[in-house]
Amino acid sequence: MSSSHRVRVSVDVDGSRYVDDVEPRTLLVHHLRERLGKIGTVIGCDTSNCGSCTVLMGSADGEQHSVKSCSVLAVQADGTAVTTIEGLAGPDGALHAVQQAFHELHALQCGFCTPGMILSAVDLLRENPAPTEAEIRAGLSGNLCRCTGYQNIIRAVQSAATALRGAAAAVLPSEVTV
Amino acid sequence: MIPVAFDYLKPSTVEEAVAALGASEDSKVLAGGQSLLPVLRLRLAAPALLVDLGGVPGLSGVRVDGDTLVIGAMTTHAEVASSDLVRRHAPLLAAAAATVGDRQVRHRGTLGGSLAHADPAADLPAVAAALDATYVVQGPAGRRSVAAADFAVDLFTTALAPDEVLVEVRLSIVDGWSTHYEKFHRMAQAWAIVGVAVAVSRSDGTISGARVALTNMGPVPHRAVEVEAALTGAPATAEAVAAACVSVSAGTSPVDDLTASADYRRDLARVLTGRAVCQALGI
Repeated sequence: MSSSHRVRVSVDVDGSRYVDDVEPRTLLVHHLRERLGKIGTVIGCDTSNCGSCTVLMGSADGEQHSVKSCSVLAVQADGTAVTTIEGLAGPDGALHAVQQAFHELHALQCGFCTPGMILSAVDLLRENPAPTEAEIRAGLSGNLCRCTGYQNIIRAVQSAATALRGAAAAVLPSEVTV
Repeated sequence: MIPVAFDYLKPSTVEEAVAALGASEDSKVLAGGQSLLPVLRLRLAAPALLVDLGGVPGLSGVRVDGDTLVIGAMTTHAEVASSDLVRRHAPLLAAAAATVGDRQVRHRGTLGGSLAHADPAADLPAVAAALDATYVVQGPAGRRSVAAADFAVDLFTTALAPDEVLVEVRLSIVDGWSTHYEKFHRMAQAWAIVGVAVAVSRSDGTISGARVALTNMGPVPHRAVEVEAALTGAPATAEAVAAACVSVSAGTSPVDDLTASADYRRDLARVLTGRAVCQALGI
């Protein structure tokens, strides 16, 4: 068996299926950026620390969870569905509540950590819709902001949590009456 | 960095995985990859073959088998931490799993991967030691059981043969014990400088049983049997606990490194053990 053999990888990224033959050593983040052109996912540290490359990943019909795409091989993503920062806005381009809150509350300075920070926040709020400040800080501990802009990030996540809970409450009565 | 090229195999049974490991002179098992991929990326290791267990059904999940809690080796830290069965029957493991790395790491990293990697600073090996876990490993001749005390052999070295795979972890259900995992680290997501896993039982005002295991106080998890003996029969008071924990670092061999000196680690172990026991006792 040659070490340069390629493996067929099929992965749904931001709602589109991509089928490619990749070298087994290809990291998911490199596959996303260099093969699929998903350059919204950035590489910050290359040591699994910074979380800038965070994406959501899961089974095609199940829940997606935050992962560091520098710590996943592209071949491990075969058969999965991935959401990057580029797939978070609605089909009409409307920002996700977390994106909107980061925008409104200036939860970024240089912006490099932002894609990972936003996806981690989305993941946290899925599991815990009403986190305390301490829970937000712990939940985002896998993401580093070297501009030290954490205060506004916390505020943005709190604001997004409120907005998402409001949206959920607004949807609920109509579901009940249907 | 990009890892050195390797061959990749994704078997659909443990038997296939074992056969592939046996046929290769230089292979590694890939579980969640949260320790292995950083090592490959830094080119600290360059195995010729990776055998990915991600395609083997039945290796993840939690179930109760009689009086035993059984956790599949490929169960992720996030799944262990949130499992109702683990929280009910092995709350120490659930609590410790929730402190591993960060959310992203816990979504990928697995219980079996952490135990088989045998990093002395990893949290879960000491927890498994404190809970007297049994490791079920599968090789060419079938399955065998290894006691937690015999599994960790040395730094990053376990009783696993090159062609064996850890398939599940079994814990005797001992309800009624109180537990706590105390971890000391400089910052979020950093390795434990020292960690202490504690399980205690009490009868009225007296400690009737104790298990104490230490993380990162030597190449393998350290079961502090002298402290366990000193705690057993002692009154459940902070003073008695502190007195019993004085000798906790006896027999340990902590490293001197950039994060802490060996002396500091020994003192930390004493303080953290007292803290963990008191926390578990609710005093």
